[in-house]
Amino acid sequence: MRRAVLIGIPYLWLVALFLVPFLIVLKISLSDIALARPPYMPQLDLSEGLSGLFAFLAELDFENFVFLTQDSLYWKAYLSSLQIAFTATFITLLVGYPIAYGMARAAQEWRPTLLMLVILPFWTSFLIRVYSWMGILSNEGVLNQLLSWLGVIDAPLQILNTNTAVYIGIVYTYLPFMILPIYSALEKMDESLLEAAEDLGCSRLSAFWLVTLPLSKSGVIAGCFLVFIPTLGEFVIPSLLGGSQTLMIGKILWEEFFSNRDWPVASAVAVILLLILIIPIILFQRNEQKQREAEG
Amino acid sequence: MAQSVFAPWDDPEQKPLIQFVNVTKRFGDFTAIDDLTLDIYEKEFFALLGPSGCGKTTMMRMLAGFENPTKGHILLNGKVIDTVPPNKRAVNMMFQSYALFPHLSVWDNIAFGLRRESKDKDAIAARVEEMLRLTRLTKFAKRKPHQISGGQRQRVALARSLAKAPKLLLLDEPLGALDRKLREETQFELMDIQEKTGTTFVIVTHDQEEAMTVASRVAVMDEGRIVQVATPQVIYEAPNSVYVADFIGDVNLIRGTASARPAAPAAETPIAKPAPNAPPPEPETTAAEPATDTQPEPRPQPNALGEWLHDTLLTPILGQRDPGPRALPAPTDEERAAHAETAETPASHAEDIPAGGLQIVWADDKPPLIAANGDEALAGKKVVLALRPEKVGISKTRPDAANAMQGKVIDIAYLGNISTYHVELPGGAMIKAQTANTRRISRRDITWEDDVWLSFTATAGVVLEDVS
Ligand SMILES: Nc1ncnc2c1ncn2[C@@H]1O[C@H](COP(=O)(O)OP(=O)(O)O)[C@@H](O)[C@H]1O
Ligand SMILES: [Mg+2]
Repeated sequence: MRRAVLIGIPYLWLVALFLVPFLIVLKISLSDIALARPPYMPQLDLSEGLSGLFAFLAELDFENFVFLTQDSLYWKAYLSSLQIAFTATFITLLVGYPIAYGMARAAQEWRPTLLMLVILPFWTSFLIRVYSWMGILSNEGVLNQLLSWLGVIDAPLQILNTNTAVYIGIVYTYLPFMILPIYSALEKMDESLLEAAEDLGCSRLSAFWLVTLPLSKSGVIAGCFLVFIPTLGEFVIPSLLGGSQTLMIGKILWEEFFSNRDWPVASAVAVILLLILIIPIILFQRNEQKQREAEG
Repeated sequence: MAQSVFAPWDDPEQKPLIQFVNVTKRFGDFTAIDDLTLDIYEKEFFALLGPSGCGKTTMMRMLAGFENPTKGHILLNGKVIDTVPPNKRAVNMMFQSYALFPHLSVWDNIAFGLRRESKDKDAIAARVEEMLRLTRLTKFAKRKPHQISGGQRQRVALARSLAKAPKLLLLDEPLGALDRKLREETQFELMDIQEKTGTTFVIVTHDQEEAMTVASRVAVMDEGRIVQVATPQVIYEAPNSVYVADFIGDVNLIRGTASARPAAPAAETPIAKPAPNAPPPEPETTAAEPATDTQPEPRPQPNALGEWLHDTLLTPILGQRDPGPRALPAPTDEERAAHAETAETPASHAEDIPAGGLQIVWADDKPPLIAANGDEALAGKKVVLALRPEKVGISKTRPDAANAMQGKVIDIAYLGNISTYHVELPGGAMIKAQTANTRRISRRDITWEDDVWLSFTATAGVVLEDVS
């Protein structure tokens, strides 16, 4: 009994916090737009009993999903989001791995401080940090002023409101999610493995390729998913740092909801996004499980 | 035995494979290895023995190339290798933690080193199979390290380090993680493999039994220095210091002050006369002569010197020392009478006490101990007589031995093949005496609380300078 309760609690959370909201969104995505409050039809009216439920179900359809396939904006936005998420994840990995490696190699007494520094940005509101990037990257921003003062550039660089700014924002924001799992994998690694590799004839570099990298693989995979998954639906960064040509599904979703007030289409967009994300989430889970098995 | 023939260290023609020449290693201002000079010869099974933290691993790491000497040089085959990086040395190491690559199978672990130097797949495969056979791992080739037992992992590590056929194999506490039985088995396996492959092995251990079992020579280390390098037999029978004697095996340490013995015939040796009503000479069973005994050149010394030393040196010192032996009260007449009643007669020879050597005053009111093999240069100094328990005989009646002491049995450890008697001397000092249980009921009459006589020959102990 106790056991059943203990196992049941996480499922309860899952149902309450994920499944129920998902079903609500799914239901909205199958409804039609209406000038009402809430702005969609039909509403479930249980006062008429079972016949009311059937009438309600009869009015649900896949119209909105069909609509998504007809307007190229949507699938282009999905593709563009995927592409941006892939590229950003890759850049984050390139930046994050050396940082994690350096941290894992740092003297024992420095490591807590370095970890602190990595986590420190979370102590400030995410929005404020993105706004400050606007201050840095804008035409009259800190970066352009510095560069022209140094004489590197004549005219200010247009960075803000481009995809470059979006990449900078994403890499900056999600870097800790990449660093932490890689660091934890590298830190666990027994230093004597590298010595053993060298002892058996490896150079430092080949020891890295043959030992360090394979052993940090699970950390790399975890970090990549932790960056990729939220980036795919990211909305604040492309809205604030990106330009009009920056196409990301999170931005579209937001516009459908708040500008167009088309909740059913917005919900359909969200449902598709979720379905796309399920694949990497499952892969992520599998990676974690494999990792646990290898350690156990 | 082959080992007695194999002694390249005694042969001036032989060139050592490894030479440490005045090597010092410092970490910051901590000196881990202190001006150490050492030769290791080809095909040796060389053991570094010492307590934790004495610098054994540091020596290995310098041989493997992970640390460079702060001062001095290391030579391999006569060439200085101080600056050769680890991947360029014909030296392989078996790590204390095994350091198996967790992401590779047993097969790939063993092939790892081979793949770095050769592209020939067939040759690699053949060598790996050979190593798997040698270490009896063929069945486990496909497993990952976490899927095999500790003993198997240890063999994988050995196979991996042997695969490249190094000139020198370093083993850092290779058997530390194994249980006793497996460890003993593996020791013999190691010796077997060492013999088969002809590789020079340097093994680090803090287990003296292990070092004695496997090694052709043992170096006993203390705080970055080598205290003694010798064959296991010499280390055991003729330790050169109290440190070595105490570190290797069980030993009784009897402290006292030495004086020279006359070289004259043994008749007037200062051993106490047998108790008045003692039975005829009671010989003594256990004292086997140490193999390495050397008879020092008899050098005449005035007997008066010993007495003078006794009065001037020993008396002031006695006050400061608390170990009991020196404050033993003389046995009472009743005690002696009690002993006389027992009738046990261990069979052995009555001893002719050789002349010369030292006598050691260890208690004011006791006859001094005789060490005919003592180095007369130690005369007048504070010394320790190191005495192996198996060289101490035990009997209920006064034996006719060069050295005899009285005490009471406090504890008996029956170990099947041998029994160890813990005998308390009247001053409180404990002496261990060991007897082989050759006869089923032998010596059963000696039991707890019994008053007994301990005895040993004039050459059973080793006289060492007391530096503590
Ligand atoms: N890299 C290092 N930095 C500082 N001190 C060290 C280092 N390596 C070893 N030592 C010190 O050197 C001494 C000898 O260590 P080690 O050779 O590992 O001893 P052993 O293997 O005999 O137990 C120890 O006191 C240890 O603390
Ligand atoms: Mg060590």
